[in-house]
Amino acid sequence: MTVQSQVVGDDLLLHDLEEEAHHDDGSMTTLGFWIYLMSDCILFSAIFATFAVLHNNTAGGPDAKSLFSLPYAAVETGCLLLSSLTYGMAMLAMQRDAKAQVVRWLGVTLLLGAGFMTLEIHEFMDLIAQGAGPDRSAFLSSFFTLVGTHGLHVLSGMVWMVVLITHVLRRGLTPENRTRLMCLSLFWHFLDIVWIGVFTLVYLSGVAA
Amino acid sequence: MSMHEGIVPEEHEAGTYDIVSAVRNYLIGFVLAAALTVGSFWVASSTGLVYQPGIPMALAAFAIAQMGVHLAFFLHITTGPDNINNVLALAFGVLIVGIVIVGSLWIMYHLNANMGVPGELMDLHMQP
Repeated sequence: MTVQSQVVGDDLLLHDLEEEAHHDDGSMTTLGFWIYLMSDCILFSAIFATFAVLHNNTAGGPDAKSLFSLPYAAVETGCLLLSSLTYGMAMLAMQRDAKAQVVRWLGVTLLLGAGFMTLEIHEFMDLIAQGAGPDRSAFLSSFFTLVGTHGLHVLSGMVWMVVLITHVLRRGLTPENRTRLMCLSLFWHFLDIVWIGVFTLVYLSGVAA
Repeated sequence: MSMHEGIVPEEHEAGTYDIVSAVRNYLIGFVLAAALTVGSFWVASSTGLVYQPGIPMALAAFAIAQMGVHLAFFLHITTGPDNINNVLALAFGVLIVGIVIVGSLWIMYHLNANMGVPGELMDLHMQP
């Protein structure tokens, strides 16, 4: 008891209690989230390695060259790259305390993410309809695992974004919401970096080979 | 405190920092990333313009360069002292990713080679 009150007393001397009582300034949260992202990176490296090992095992079925279209992959890439820029604009609006603009840019980012997901789901349905589903060959199993895992990440990022837009609309740009927006920013830019690996290894290498 | 500022500089100086240069920074990153993307799609789709065996190397170079652009301009990873923990975590992540990917490919390639079976037969063997 005495030790605790001693500590609280010291804190009162050093900091404003209002600021200190609820949370830190978010920097530890951000660092922790960054470490989570690095572990996610390792998850992706395992499925990238699986795809790289299995990409020639087509079991007599279709290969990358006959299945993938570069213009289609280019539009998907464009959606994600543009959404990285618009999320950046949302972060800049946050630093200016412009709540309406934060919500607007997040909305644009969400739409671009939805565009990407629509294209990807359409591509998957199309492949399955042509008999090139994940059950066709080891190449296609690893393709669906790699691209599907990335797609699930994008989808969770979009759910998170809807939740955060609601938070910002209801509570404004509170310190908690700023930390959350910062973490989602790291997540969203990270997914774009993973996509660079996907389009290079899966689509470009597949079609060029 | 320092970590947060490291990732997004000028976090606590709303109103005083230069918004124009911040926007310009994002736009430079976007244009660089877009140019590298266009470059890699161009290398993959053009036939005969690039020395064929060099294509995988060229694609890898474009991809790594673009990842660097994203890290620098969008994630604001710098070598500044505020960023040391992030950079260390990133470096460790890259190390593990490299070991997993390069190690897997290396081992699987040699397993295939050491089976003593001609390549086409091995491909059949590896199929489900």
